[in-house]
Amino acid sequence: MYDGWKIILGLIIFIGIATFPFLYDMGKAAVPPPKPNIDTPEIQKMAVKKCIETKSFMRAEHMVMLNDWRDFVVRDGDRLYTASDGHQYTMSLQNTCMKCHSNKTKFCDECHNYMAVTPYCWDCHIAPKEEKT
Amino acid sequence: MSINRREFLKIAGSSTVLALGGLSVSTLLKKSLLEASQVMPDPRALVAKRWGMVVDISKFKTEEDYRVCTEACHRVHNVPNVGTIKEEIKWIWKETYEHAFPGQEDEFLSPEIKHLPFLVLCNHCDNPPCVRVCPTKATFKRESDGIVMMDMHRCIGCRFCMAACPYGARSFNYRDPRPFIDKEKENLEFPTRMKGVVEKCTFCYERLAKGLIPACVEASQELARKTGREPGLIFGDLEDPNSEVRKILSTRYSFRRKPELGTRPGVYYILG
Repeated sequence: MYDGWKIILGLIIFIGIATFPFLYDMGKAAVPPPKPNIDTPEIQKMAVKKCIETKSFMRAEHMVMLNDWRDFVVRDGDRLYTASDGHQYTMSLQNTCMKCHSNKTKFCDECHNYMAVTPYCWDCHIAPKEEKT
Repeated sequence: MSINRREFLKIAGSSTVLALGGLSVSTLLKKSLLEASQVMPDPRALVAKRWGMVVDISKFKTEEDYRVCTEACHRVHNVPNVGTIKEEIKWIWKETYEHAFPGQEDEFLSPEIKHLPFLVLCNHCDNPPCVRVCPTKATFKRESDGIVMMDMHRCIGCRFCMAACPYGARSFNYRDPRPFIDKEKENLEFPTRMKGVVEKCTFCYERLAKGLIPACVEASQELARKTGREPGLIFGDLEDPNSEVRKILSTRYSFRRKPELGTRPGVYYILG
């Protein structure tokens, strides 16, 4: 093999770089999944602490729901949402969702940061005012 | 076991039908899971076939009359005050006669009219050129009431609509508008805009949905009540012969901005 030492050195460096992230993380405890905080004054006031749909549905589908809501409100002019339990809600991120979930940094951002997603809702919609802790 | 051609075709056919049936049932079930609940318009909403406005410019006597309308609008919609004319963002504003009605400035026009500022806004055209050019359908005419709407979620900031609008009713956010919005007066119930989108008057669709008249009209009526005069802005359904706007239009001489372009504007002007 001509220039064998160069090839082998190159291979060693390549394997080192390629496996570095795995080796670096080995033995470290996984980052625990975040627990979205629902401790807000508005939610504390509720007798039964529940969102407009079930927790599992909201957890998995809230982004789809918000997209649907956006189209219903802006494009069709429909503003009232009848939930599966018969309650009616105004479809509004800023005025309905965030009224209860007034802790955006603890509720929205924690999961979104964990999942490394950056939704652009807040470029336009005004986030509720939170006291800095 | 051997299988003849006929048997094979039978099995293949029936399994295809079953699979298709199963697929459609499963999508139906999935859909009902997502859309089990329904949506509807707010019963409080004001409805019309086609919203329109009459601007009675003879009722605008003082600087204050113009200011209350513009300020009310810009406050409820979080319109930033950028400070330079080039990057100015405006939904309803004051314009000179020459600029608002070019081509109609006659040589010997009375100086009062020539220098009379007119209150101008988006005309909510029946045949809106901005809608025709929008490549993403971010701006569209609502079929239900003729309002020319903006869907900020879809706007890509190409500014075709600004080039198309013959009334200059559209403004572009050249920079993040947030720092230019007065934090004290911010309306927390309405979004702001972001850098790179076009905005304009939407006839307060968010207020109409709650049963309120547009902010500028409300401000004009309030001032009129205070000063004991008649309001300069009148809002109503152009398709309803008994509406306030139609009553005024049927008794007074009215004119519109650049009607020769065929956009059929929904904002009418009267000189008293």
